[in-house]
Amino acid sequence: MIDRRGFLTAGAAVSAAGILAACAKKNPAKSSSSSDKTGGGSKQITLGFSQVGSESGWRAANTQSVKEAAKAAGINLKFSDAQQKQENQISAIRSYIAQKVDVISFSPVVVTGWDTVLKEAKAAGIPVILTDRSVETSDPSLYVTLVGSDFEIEGERAAHMLEKVLAGHTGPVKIAQLEGTTGAAPAIERAKGFAKIMKASHPEWSIIASQTGDFTRAGGKQVMAAFLQAHSDIDVLFSHNDDMAIGAIQSIQAAGKTPGKDIKIVSVDGVHDGFVAMSKGQINGIVECNPLLGPQLMDAVKTVHAGKGSTLPRWIKTQETDYTADQAAAALPSRKY
Amino acid sequence: MSLTSLWRAATQHRLFWPVVALVALLVINVPFTPGFFEIHLKSGHLYGSLVSIVLFGSPLILVAIGMTLVIATGGIDLSVGAVVAISGALACLVVSKQADQGSVAGVLLAFALALAVSLVCGAWNGLLVARLGIQPIIATLILMVAGRGIAQLITSGQIITVNSDAYSLIGGGYWLALPFSLFVVALVVALSMALTRRTALGLLVEAVGGNAEASRLVGIRSRRIKIMAYMFCGLCAGIAGLMISSNVSAADGNNAGLWIELDAILAVVIGGTSLTGGRFHLGGTIIGALIIQTLTTTIYTIGVPTQTNLVFKAVVVIVVCLMQSPLFRAKVFGARARRRGRTQKSPGATADAAPQLEVSP
Repeated sequence: MIDRRGFLTAGAAVSAAGILAACAKKNPAKSSSSSDKTGGGSKQITLGFSQVGSESGWRAANTQSVKEAAKAAGINLKFSDAQQKQENQISAIRSYIAQKVDVISFSPVVVTGWDTVLKEAKAAGIPVILTDRSVETSDPSLYVTLVGSDFEIEGERAAHMLEKVLAGHTGPVKIAQLEGTTGAAPAIERAKGFAKIMKASHPEWSIIASQTGDFTRAGGKQVMAAFLQAHSDIDVLFSHNDDMAIGAIQSIQAAGKTPGKDIKIVSVDGVHDGFVAMSKGQINGIVECNPLLGPQLMDAVKTVHAGKGSTLPRWIKTQETDYTADQAAAALPSRKY
Repeated sequence: MSLTSLWRAATQHRLFWPVVALVALLVINVPFTPGFFEIHLKSGHLYGSLVSIVLFGSPLILVAIGMTLVIATGGIDLSVGAVVAISGALACLVVSKQADQGSVAGVLLAFALALAVSLVCGAWNGLLVARLGIQPIIATLILMVAGRGIAQLITSGQIITVNSDAYSLIGGGYWLALPFSLFVVALVVALSMALTRRTALGLLVEAVGGNAEASRLVGIRSRRIKIMAYMFCGLCAGIAGLMISSNVSAADGNNAGLWIELDAILAVVIGGTSLTGGRFHLGGTIIGALIIQTLTTTIYTIGVPTQTNLVFKAVVVIVVCLMQSPLFRAKVFGARARRRGRTQKSPGATADAAPQLEVSP
């Protein structure tokens, strides 16, 4: 039994521990600037980078890539983690403006609400580069460029990957599609890109079942189990991410079929576990959605700093690779996420 | 005569309408899934739509059973989804740290740890509600929000994958050709039915839910009963968490058990337990959970467009709930029966409605 005083003491202890933890978290973020190298003799560039948070393995790899690329390029990186909050990102950007960094970069947590702080940056003469996600602004001159993936192209690449996987196959192809979270940009765009190629050049393909698996393994498994009951003739599974494909593989096995053989699987992302499944031959092809955009970001930062920002495209698309099953085993040890 | 009285007895049974809804949902699938009711033996275990429904529905049944007892005490537990995530994350972390992931002892240790933590979560909720007198919806909201954070702390925001046959048994494996989770659910159901219906415990729970103060005055330790109900609910959620993570051999702190609390509350309500506390029906809850799982499967198989999934679900749930409400039935069918009754000069309709109103919440 806990009396009131005991409860209050426990509460105080818990909140004190929370504050300590918060301090411990903040420190490395603020002090993680790599100022040991200088870039090619000229004055060292300082980049202020505000990350969304650390919600997934994909994001952790993204952060790591930015940090490593900055070090390799001799750029002084000031890094902060916004923990999924827009106000944290705005205050981080304001502090970068006050510190007079050379370039500001951030991965916006939401689409809108950036005009004021971006105008402040513009007034201070500091160029801004977006990474991974875009923003909606009234004034397109508020940011120089966006470095990130094109989800629609990923869908198209998945369709081309399927062409490769089906090489030598004739006759109609029945496709089941596992969609991402309903309404999420990657889910909408990947489905659009795939359907575009299918309509344009593959009348023999047809999507006979399509449902959302919420980008999760459990979702993918459950939806695929239902698909297999309702349709005994699925030839191909197109999954919007690797995790759903991994779940679906288990359902395909439970139905007594061999994933990768009886049902060909193409998915998007390229996470480590996806590559493990592909090296076992369970996934036939993976279209990479690359979080490792650090090097491209640093190139853009250098170009912008040299005053040649106008030569950059508005959207620098991430360099991404397509992998087939025979490349999986070789690529697996180098997967960072 | 005997047939009609039998029919009347059946329609007045409180499980009649939930069972009708379940059967109707199952039958809807037949034109879309040829051989929906077929069950085959595939690679040493039973395989078929019905097996899938039981397998994927097991975690929801468990959570809903725990929720039934909490609701019976006049409370509610919103934190079950978070407890599901914590339990799965902890168990997967423990298993993944072991040198030999397949070792049964290691898996049992992981289960024990995860269930102990789930019990602590339940006890925390119980203390907040029963000792500190915080409104249940607020008290459990705390753990609902904080718990998912704890789960992500355990997994460091990543998906932890485990490679253990022993671990995958509880939620994804088969025993005697049947899903192993079926046996776990059967055990929990049998235990909770025995405890609540063969001992005085069920009566005490209903008394506390009916009027906590009055039951305290007659000598029932209502606080202790409440804390026990929340702990049992936490334990059920913990087992469900083990099943969900074991089913995919991975723990996902972000998504495991997301919104399962709402499905569980819905299952309890469909099963005929009133949200105001008091009388509860474990059998009804199980039917309710099966209805929800069948509905989910139906959506996947009949090809409802993804954008309208939730609307479809909502419409079916509304229809099921309305059909179950004696007041609604009395209004709609009662009016027709009354008209008929007037011509036949039979008081059957009003006699029909009266006993039904007694069970109405």
